[in-house]
Amino acid sequence: MADMKVNFAGVEFKNPVVAASGTYGYGREYEALYPLSKLGGISVKGTTLHKRDGNPAPRVAETPSGMLNSVGLQNGGVDKFINCEIPNLLTKNIAIIANIAGATVEECAEVAAKLNGTGVHMIELNISCPNVKQGGAAFGTSCENASAVTRAVRNATDLPLMVKLSPNVTDIASIAKAVEAEGADAVSLINTLLGMRIDINSRRPILKNNVGGLSGAAVFPIAVRMVWQVANAVKIPVMGMGGITTWEDGIEMMLAGASAIQVGAAIFKNPFAPVEIADGMNEWLDKNGIKCVSEIVGRVKPW
Amino acid sequence: MNYFQGKYKIVKKLKLNDTVYDFTLSCKEITDIALAGQFVHIAVDGFSLRRPISICEINREKGWLRIVFEVRGKGTEALSKLCEGDLMDVIGPLGKGFDLLKPGKKCIAIGGGIGTPPMLEVAKHYGANCTVISGFRTGSIAILQEDFADTGAKTILCTDDGSAGRKGFVTEALEECLNSEKPDIICACGPMPMLKAIVELAKNAGIRTQVSLEQRMACGVGACLVCACRCVKDGEEFMAHVCKDGPVFEAEEVVF
Ligand SMILES: Cc1cc2nc3c(=O)[nH]c(=O)nc-3n(C[C@H](O)[C@H](O)[C@H](O)COP(=O)(O)OP(=O)(O)OC[C@H]3O[C@@H](n4cnc5c(N)ncnc54)[C@H](O)[C@@H]3O)c2cc1C
Ligand SMILES: Cc1cc2nc3c(=O)[nH]c(=O)nc-3n(C[C@H](O)[C@H](O)[C@H](O)COP(=O)(O)O)c2cc1C
Ligand code: FES
Repeated sequence: MADMKVNFAGVEFKNPVVAASGTYGYGREYEALYPLSKLGGISVKGTTLHKRDGNPAPRVAETPSGMLNSVGLQNGGVDKFINCEIPNLLTKNIAIIANIAGATVEECAEVAAKLNGTGVHMIELNISCPNVKQGGAAFGTSCENASAVTRAVRNATDLPLMVKLSPNVTDIASIAKAVEAEGADAVSLINTLLGMRIDINSRRPILKNNVGGLSGAAVFPIAVRMVWQVANAVKIPVMGMGGITTWEDGIEMMLAGASAIQVGAAIFKNPFAPVEIADGMNEWLDKNGIKCVSEIVGRVKPW
Repeated sequence: MNYFQGKYKIVKKLKLNDTVYDFTLSCKEITDIALAGQFVHIAVDGFSLRRPISICEINREKGWLRIVFEVRGKGTEALSKLCEGDLMDVIGPLGKGFDLLKPGKKCIAIGGGIGTPPMLEVAKHYGANCTVISGFRTGSIAILQEDFADTGAKTILCTDDGSAGRKGFVTEALEECLNSEKPDIICACGPMPMLKAIVELAKNAGIRTQVSLEQRMACGVGACLVCACRCVKDGEEFMAHVCKDGPVFEAEEVVF
């Protein structure tokens, strides 16, 4: 058995596989199938200051090798998360990443401040949600906005801070550098790519929100490319995600420069995906005589 | 919340009409805990999302689970090509089913089109105390009428064009039933306009009603929040989720 432990921005993960925000709730639903402790970590559903209803349904559309979603950050608000979910998660022997979002810089900072001392291990600041009208992707698509919100959250929290980047930009590396300069301890990428599908008979978009975020296997090559570009541009660690479906994808993402990975949409078809990915990666490391998973991070040999 | 994921053998496959298929799976672990009105979430090779299909019949002794579905698009078409002996990748049983009242209570079960399959377990529970009203566009696509009759329930078949049973909508049949004898509960599944009309009638008659809703799904277990449905409880509106809070809801809690 290879050593699957990773130390990511000072946080211990027993393996590098983390359930992606918004695809795994707070973990409760999957405990019927396996203990959460099989995962390295969980990034919980995006939390805002107040309860949000999200967008009207339909909120999902199937696409070739992927899906669009337009959930729109439905959540019960940070206080409910703190009171009803964190105590349960703390008993699960798993790294807890609190994914936070807000319509304004101040809101993001306030949510982060409330999470101080709650026991969560890390904050993932989502500056890339394509499904909300204010904040969300607007923060993640310009260096100035990304810097401003990172600065405010940095000042509000002592927890390791990871900023989740939007792929809906021309130069993701420059955004990564901007948040690194403001004191982010890590970056995660990619969030979903803005997309659209139309029912040709009704001529109506399938999503009630018209547009939504693309994820799943279809986005994997884009995610690998962006992780590679970002990992080469910053010194802080990168958590890579976007379309990871098999253990081979996990290895590939880490070779591209990710120190840990998140698995999202793949879980919907195969709820065991994160567990199978961790096991498969471990076997591959053994077969290749690699003692520790962190040894492969960024070890792609570019032409 | 307890459910399983597995690949289960198809022990029986029937074609009920041009587009509707009837599959029986051997999956004892699921039938042991499955309830009327719950659903299963089925993976289809080559498609990224599973397809939700209601449980039609539960045979606990044999460990057989029956599902009946219509070919609507490419996913259900691919599923319809599976054969006896093949394996089906299923997650289930999922969701909240119908509240089955004590024996002796009376029920009217209403199914519209491909909404009829989940009514079979309801009819089996109430037997002779159940009236099953099913509605179809035309007689050639009417399904499950013999199964309903075998439960001992009274059956009323309605077709839009009058080619089988009585001509007209299920709501007309329901109105007549309500005029002669009031049931303790109404259970319904079918297109939204039909459900809305049923709920209106039931409300006026003061009868508790449960409806089974549909929404596009991803996880099927309550984790991803895509299958939202607007509900109201104690005067407060909120977004519930069809896969976990439903698919069966108290009609008075649904914002139609
Ligand atoms: C709880 C529940 C129970 C159901 N029970 C039955 C049943 O017993 N028999 C039956 O024939 N049908 C049932 N349906 C509807 C069935 O899920 C859809 O007809 C099926 O998903 C269509 O898939 P497709 O690939 O053929 O169509 P496509 O249109 O190609 O599907 C594209 C995507 O949209 C989704 N989708 C399309 N229509 C629906 C719909 N009406 N409801 C939910 N998702 C949809 C698909 O799952 C897929 O993700 C049920 C739906 C739900 C939510
Ligand atoms: C249904 C759904 C909901 C999501 N909700 C969130 C969210 O609340 N916060 C967030 O940062 N990302 C959210 N995401 C994005 C994922 O965490 C992930 O970045 C993206 O889906 C790419 O990974 P994947 O292809 O493995 O799914 C969501 C994705 C999906 C599919
Ligand atoms: S389908 Fe994921 S919450 Fe209902």
